[in-house]
Amino acid sequence: MQRQIPLILTGVIGFVMLLYFFVPHPFISGPGHFFEDAVIIVVAFAIVLGAANLLTFNGEIIARRGKDWPYKVVLLVSMFAMIAIGLVEGERYLEPETVFSWMYNTFYASMQATMFALLAFFIASAAFRAFRIRNLEAGLLAVAALFVMLGRVPIGNVISAHWPNGIQLPQISDWIMENPQNSAKRAILMGAALGVMSTGLRIIMGIEGSFARSGGNS
Amino acid sequence: MRPRASRPSPLRSGTTGLPHPVPRLRATSFAVLGFLALVAGVARAQTPPATARATTTSSLPALSAAAADVQNDNGQALHVQWTAPAGVEQVIVERGSTPAGPFTVLDTVSAEGGSFDDNDVPRGKPVFYRLTGLGAHGPTPPAVIGPVVAVAQWFNTGRTNVAFFSVIFFAFVLFFLWSSRGGRKLFVRRIAGIDAIEEAVGRATEMGRPVLFVPGVQDIDDIQTMAALVILESVARTAAQYETKMIVPTNYPVPFTLAQEMVKNGFLEAGRPESYDPNSVRYITSEQFAYVAAINGIILRDRPAANLYLGAFFAESLILAETGFSTGAIQVAGTANVHQLPFMVVACDYTLIGEELYAASAYLSREPRLLSTLKGSDYMKVVIILLLLIGSVIETSFVLKNPPTQSLGQVSSPFKSWFRTE
Repeated sequence: MQRQIPLILTGVIGFVMLLYFFVPHPFISGPGHFFEDAVIIVVAFAIVLGAANLLTFNGEIIARRGKDWPYKVVLLVSMFAMIAIGLVEGERYLEPETVFSWMYNTFYASMQATMFALLAFFIASAAFRAFRIRNLEAGLLAVAALFVMLGRVPIGNVISAHWPNGIQLPQISDWIMENPQNSAKRAILMGAALGVMSTGLRIIMGIEGSFARSGGNS
Repeated sequence: MRPRASRPSPLRSGTTGLPHPVPRLRATSFAVLGFLALVAGVARAQTPPATARATTTSSLPALSAAAADVQNDNGQALHVQWTAPAGVEQVIVERGSTPAGPFTVLDTVSAEGGSFDDNDVPRGKPVFYRLTGLGAHGPTPPAVIGPVVAVAQWFNTGRTNVAFFSVIFFAFVLFFLWSSRGGRKLFVRRIAGIDAIEEAVGRATEMGRPVLFVPGVQDIDDIQTMAALVILESVARTAAQYETKMIVPTNYPVPFTLAQEMVKNGFLEAGRPESYDPNSVRYITSEQFAYVAAINGIILRDRPAANLYLGAFFAESLILAETGFSTGAIQVAGTANVHQLPFMVVACDYTLIGEELYAASAYLSREPRLLSTLKGSDYMKVVIILLLLIGSVIETSFVLKNPPTQSLGQVSSPFKSWFRTE
């Protein structure tokens, strides 16, 4: 029974949500809306579990002066500082003039931008490896990339300004993006969409063994 | 209808036959008259446009209007359309339950739009609309239309095509499910990326280093996260058999609790529940780049020998994969986010592309019931390919017969139009 109830709930709710896509009548859309709202409540409860894990995992390491414990102290102090400031400032904590917003914009946003900026360097290093011509496919990739990159920058216009119409670099770039690239992308998307349907169906039907088993052991 | 002071009051007529003394009757009458005058004054003050219309109507004709139920909805929307005479700039849209009112002003909209969607209509009850045009020459006479009733539909006809193909897909799946029960063996092609997962765990075991599993950066409502968590159980089982440590950082609380269950189940199924480390699954944060920074820290400090990135990834995919590459770890990635696939292909040793991510659980388990869904997908692909070929022929012949005057997308055959959804 402990295993079957979660499976029945999953199946019924999954089937209602499937019907919800096709049936706008309140008989189905009403429960559909309710389940959507219920997700928010479930997630709100789960946040407590996440925060508890963060606290116990890092707290244990700090208590036994484990590896990298000073970093854990920084993490927990930051977390409690933000929670405390948010609680003190109440409902208006997100407004621009609050201390919470200042802390967020000054510390977190800067660090976030730093992480994102790393992407530029990683793209360069990854592109360097990707464009090494080791076989025919890699050669085709490099040539296509060359046309696309040149066609998307002003120098590409300058280079091919006097070439015949139809084979200028921006036109070649657009053709590559709209035809071979787009068709390959759509093929992957169609396959992925079918994968989504089959995964959803497996879960609704309760034949995805892992979920069935986890229901029994939890 | 707006109350008027001049209308005969039922209260007054009702009081005329009563045997009250004259002074008392007069006093009562004055009180009633005063009250009615007050009500009329308040009503007039509350409805200035109606008063203005009644007194300063221009020579413009009333709007020609119609209202109809919005199709394929839950019965709470009506669509109002009008044709405004020249000189009308704005339209006041009011709604009431009787043709005589009272009407409530819904909005004042531009007359050019020619329509208004009322999305908060009481379901199943007849309503009336009063439309008044406003222009430089004053308001038009009000046009009252109705009754119209908002009705809920039982089927969204704009999604007939999706329903049709869903039924075909489900029929394929059910057929193969039934076939697998009869003992029919289902062939599934080799997927190198999934085979490489065991190889990666084995390598981590040989090197005595942990396995890092990142289940994407989306919450549980993304089916890619679900697919990743199903694969996590198989990876945990393999790791338990090899007695290799796992690190599973998660970025949302619900995937965190599910990942804990999956890893625990994997260790239980491998017969090594005592090896399960509750700290192997960690909740980090829901902030994208803070999560990435934490994983990069784990990669650089703990030096996992195998990094598995399976799930939904966005801008962080290359940051993770390149950091992992710099440590020399074997890396297997998988996502259905097409825009991130090139980064993963470049930076990782193996990549599960799109549908392969969803096929992994069936492929790893070899469970006939799960494989039947893969076969259903494959046959559905055959149907799609046939439709693409047929559609190409029909569309080409249609465009040749009806050449577009401006662009190729200007015309489309009914065959192509049928595939559009609402």
